[in-house]
Amino acid sequence: MEIRPILASLRRHRIPAALIVLEIALACAVLCNAVFMIGQRMADIHWPNAIDEQGISVITVNGTDPALAASDIPRNLAALRGIAGVTAAAAATSMPLDQNPALTGFTTTPDGKTTVNTSVYFLGSGGEQALGLHLLQGRFFNADEYADSGLKNFQSTSHVLLVTQSDAQRLWPGQGALGKTLYANGESWTVVGVVGDVLAQDPKFSGPGGRYSSVFYPSHPDEMMGDYVLRNAPQDRDRVVREAVQALGRLEPGAVVEGKTYAQMRTDYFADTSSMVWMLVLVCVVMLAVTAFGIVGLTSFWVGQRRRQIGVRRAVGATRGHILQYFQTENFLLSSMGVAVGMVLAFGINLYLMSHYATSRMPWYYLPCGAIALWLIGQLAVLGPALRAAAVPPVVATRSV
Amino acid sequence: MFGYYLNLALHSLKRTPILTGLMVLAIGLGIGASMTMLTVLHVMTDDPMPGRSAQLYTPHLDPLPLDHKRRGDSPDPTDDMTWPDAMALLKAHRAVRQAAMSGGSLLLRPARADLRPFYVAGRYATADFFALFGVPFERGSGWSAADDAASAHVVVLSEILARKLFGTGTAVGQTVHLGEHDFRVIGVTADWAPKPLFYADQTGTQYSDADLFFLPLSVAVDEKFQVNGNQSGWVKGDDNSLTSANMSWLQFWVQLDTPAQVAAYRQYLIDYSAQQKALGRFQRPPTNAKLYNLMGWLAHENLVPNDVDLQLWLALGFLFVCMVNIVALLLAKFLRRGGEISVRRALGARRRDIFVQLGIESALIGVAGGVLGVAIAQLGLWSIRQRPDDYAKLAQMDVSMLLGTLALAVLASVLAGLLPAWRACHVPPALQLKGG
Repeated sequence: MEIRPILASLRRHRIPAALIVLEIALACAVLCNAVFMIGQRMADIHWPNAIDEQGISVITVNGTDPALAASDIPRNLAALRGIAGVTAAAAATSMPLDQNPALTGFTTTPDGKTTVNTSVYFLGSGGEQALGLHLLQGRFFNADEYADSGLKNFQSTSHVLLVTQSDAQRLWPGQGALGKTLYANGESWTVVGVVGDVLAQDPKFSGPGGRYSSVFYPSHPDEMMGDYVLRNAPQDRDRVVREAVQALGRLEPGAVVEGKTYAQMRTDYFADTSSMVWMLVLVCVVMLAVTAFGIVGLTSFWVGQRRRQIGVRRAVGATRGHILQYFQTENFLLSSMGVAVGMVLAFGINLYLMSHYATSRMPWYYLPCGAIALWLIGQLAVLGPALRAAAVPPVVATRSV
Repeated sequence: MFGYYLNLALHSLKRTPILTGLMVLAIGLGIGASMTMLTVLHVMTDDPMPGRSAQLYTPHLDPLPLDHKRRGDSPDPTDDMTWPDAMALLKAHRAVRQAAMSGGSLLLRPARADLRPFYVAGRYATADFFALFGVPFERGSGWSAADDAASAHVVVLSEILARKLFGTGTAVGQTVHLGEHDFRVIGVTADWAPKPLFYADQTGTQYSDADLFFLPLSVAVDEKFQVNGNQSGWVKGDDNSLTSANMSWLQFWVQLDTPAQVAAYRQYLIDYSAQQKALGRFQRPPTNAKLYNLMGWLAHENLVPNDVDLQLWLALGFLFVCMVNIVALLLAKFLRRGGEISVRRALGARRRDIFVQLGIESALIGVAGGVLGVAIAQLGLWSIRQRPDDYAKLAQMDVSMLLGTLALAVLASVLAGLLPAWRACHVPPALQLKGG
């Protein structure tokens, strides 16, 4: 296909051509950045979490009598284990994604400094089975450690802890974490086990460094343990939550009892993220539709203007395919120009967002993907008007109006 | 002439219903999306206390040691005040009214057997709180400075909580078991919650929070009640009790009626800081002390989430794409009518007349697009109200935003029509007729 006549004709219609180029460029720039933001947020929503998310339910009990915690918690656990389908139950101070950060800064030397906020979890006996922690190295806590440990000013009185795989690699790169010591506020603990990466209580608050920075301590029943973690088959979880809330409501008439499946907890945590994703998707779709309609409208106008010209070309031997190709090539040229400008613009917008909204750098492959999307949309949009142009009969050339 | 042009415009728009529809749709979508986000931003940055905000100020001191460094994006301890400083400022009584306050959630055990215990959020405050913010009372009143001094166990309930606990009966004089202590109800406020809850610590969700009870700050400190929000201590090994001089957790607001009072109070804060520095408690320059007015404080807190900002930019970008689209479509439409324009020009119409005629046609598209835009914006706001974000419930359009939407739509379409109309009115008279 010869493109020189197309360029010559475009030069005669500079303003409409420039408008199409501008429109495609803007759409490309916004599309690339919006899709990038969607991708980032989707990745957030799917952060892995090395606990049995599908099989956990959490019952939160607040407002109990602190003096009775030592006897009430074992009693409550016994009642919960009696519910049909519950395979494990344990008390804990908090849960990943429960939005109540309990953070400590740990160091590997007694007087070191850290900028990482580590989420702190205290587990009652059997907590590792109830959560479904994945042990990668070392061991879980033994019965003595559970019995002899507690909390004082939200600091563990035990001497052992579990760390996550991410922390083990971050704190002791290239070395084994087992047997190493962690320090915080003048106390120290020995790492006895490394578990798969468990999310922080509030990973958005803790930041990228603290997302998978979590430690687990053993503890005997303590007033700070307001969460009862139940493990059950995924299909039982709604019934288990219902029955567990009823059971604890009877046992703790003076307390506030709330139950949730862990799946629900995760959905709640990411609710605003997913609503943002839907909003971005909607804007992308509508914007592409508007761009496509603009191309349809303008090409139709062009075809209408050039009916005579097309008729003449048909009369002197051009086939329908030639005419179709002409408009498709013309659109391809305009799209290419628009996409070229759009990619530069997309990159600029990304730089601006990076400096103002702490977004990360857009990977390069978003740009060609955006370009291909707009090429396709351009070709789809031009197809209708181009087919109509191809249908212009040669006899039009002989008519005067 | 206007009526005639309007007639012509209607006629021309009706002749190309699909093109017209596309243009109206494009402007409607663009306007609808941007007005949705502009409305959200508008309600989020609106004055929470119209008529009173100009007199409300919040003082901030800097008691931090010289070598204090903030970790990452953790909250600034000087956003809040320590107990000794707040008490000193209260006692000095240099403003018309002043109050220290902090938020807290307490367990409430209802006397009624059919209600389970529940947690309620409320405010611990000093006596001036109610007069300072003009809290409307349904019944009874707040407490006095003497009650503050005596740590009287009295409480003011919000209407909604009073109704939940006591039904339609009178709440005043009743006893409420709150935070494991008994309180005598001395007042019931009308449902009142400024949006945002500007006097609350900024770690909360200020757009959806409301205070359901109010009780004397001194009681909360005596009973060691749980405090919501940021408590920043800066001395290692400090007991971090609520009365510590090295931990900030209180919010402090004052009423200052005249510029002279504002200047005097600002000076007082500097003098107070200088005096504390002389005593060795403060280390940083006394001029670090700041006095924010209400709107200035909200700007400092920057409550609008980044996501809302981003969505606004996205919506405006989208509006721009729509406008470019309309420019292209109008250009196509106007130039297609070259013949008609030629005839009008040949019959004596001036360029200006053609320009005005086409301008009216664009404006008409704008009006239609604006009406569609209002509908789309209402749909958008409805969908935002279904969202889980704490500002979601506020997303309502007021009259000024409604009129603004229409105006913006007409403005956008007239702007979009400028270039096409200018091109079209340069069609030479009658020349088009010859070509055919």
